Amino acid sequence: MAGATLEVRIWRGGDEGAFCTYEVPARANQTVLDVVTEVQRGFEPSLAYRFSCRVGVCGTCAMTVNGTPRWTCRTHVKRVAADGRLTIEPLRNMKRVKDLTCDMDAFFDKWTRVGVFEGTATRHDPPAAVEPGTPERQAVDAAVQCINCAVCHAACDVVAWDQEYLGPAALNRAWTLVNDVRVADRRGVTLRAMGAGGCHACHSHGACMEHCPVGLSPTASIAGLKRTALGVLLKGR
Amino acid sequence: MGELRLYALQRLTALVMIPLILVHLVLIVYAVQGGLTADAILARTRGSVAWALFYGLFVVAAAIHAPIGLRNVLREWTGLARRPIDRAMLAFGAILLALGLRAVAAVVGGGA
Amino acid sequence: MRLPRRSIGWWAALGHRISGLALAIFLPLHFLALGLALEGAASLDGFLRFAELPLVKVAELGLVMLLSIHLVFGLRVLAIELLPWPTRDGLRLRLVYAGIAAMLVVGIAFGVGIA
Repeated sequence: MAGATLEVRIWRGGDEGAFCTYEVPARANQTVLDVVTEVQRGFEPSLAYRFSCRVGVCGTCAMTVNGTPRWTCRTHVKRVAADGRLTIEPLRNMKRVKDLTCDMDAFFDKWTRVGVFEGTATRHDPPAAVEPGTPERQAVDAAVQCINCAVCHAACDVVAWDQEYLGPAALNRAWTLVNDVRVADRRGVTLRAMGAGGCHACHSHGACMEHCPVGLSPTASIAGLKRTALGVLLKGR
Repeated sequence: MGELRLYALQRLTALVMIPLILVHLVLIVYAVQGGLTADAILARTRGSVAWALFYGLFVVAAAIHAPIGLRNVLREWTGLARRPIDRAMLAFGAILLALGLRAVAAVVGGGA
Repeated sequence: MRLPRRSIGWWAALGHRISGLALAIFLPLHFLALGLALEGAASLDGFLRFAELPLVKVAELGLVMLLSIHLVFGLRVLAIELLPWPTRDGLRLRLVYAGIAAMLVVGIAFGVGIA
């Protein structure tokens, strides 16, 4: 398709700003990250954006593409812009810093607030023997591969509506800690996950699960947390 | 009252109301098919302990369930502060309870 | 900024929420109407004759539908939260269709009753 071009609208500025439109050649094999890179190198040296591995394993390049939060290095232009038009913005639900970058502090703060991994063993103890087939370990394995890309956080409507809500990533992480037999204070994680801004604010829309590039299901993890919380209420454990 | 207790109360009252709603829906369809007159309804409900318990339970459950749900909607869709919302929902629950029990008394007790 | 393509869970949750709001508004009015029985059958009858009006019958049908919607989407929520998930996707998220079907059955039964 020689001579075809893409019409690319890119957000410039912080929370206040505007879209700038660029014309970029359409190529046979082209990801959205390729397009952003071409704009920055060819037309707009001051354009700010993030990427790292550019091969779909780190999650750094996550942005909003035609309204949908996704990894730009894993998004072929043909898939999302059949009509040749792209609109690229930073991820939703986070304060905009400059152009396509946003401030992820609040996201990481919620992530660590619900719990960080702290075990009971020391370096002098033998490695923990964790049975892989138990329901608890299977629950952890199904949810543990999260790399904090914040796509689920951007997709979640409750995060948009409720500043206090911890969000799907933090709660998914809490679920992996609650089910990890090596964690010292599993009860503490449970209590924080079911407190203010916790799992009960989730209304099971499922947007997090639908958008997760790694194929995780925070919706399932949060449902698990709700059941665990009921256990705390009924049995006090 | 913590989020966990509110959540548990709302789910519990929901479970309680499932059979009550199904019976109520069947009743309404039955009454509508027969053509509603006040005398026909009241003849069946006056002095009935069973209906008093049935609808009394329904009212109490609804008066707990509705404000908790409405609280979520107000927190998420309006800019109102947390305390005023909680207080308003307590008031709403009290109103539902009062009006509902009055209605049950009206339909079950001896009227004019 | 809103998601362009809403998940099916979003529509179920929205239906559940809107029907809940409508019921929360309707319920006090419903209780007030029944309180008319306190003033005797004549008063309630007067109200019930008002209820014969076609517009009111449409509203009644709407309310029965709302109650059914709220019930079935609520059952879906309970299934998602209380039953264990069989797959990553949680097939229960798709219970929406069964819910809509059940709701339509009730609505039709009521509608046939009114007509």
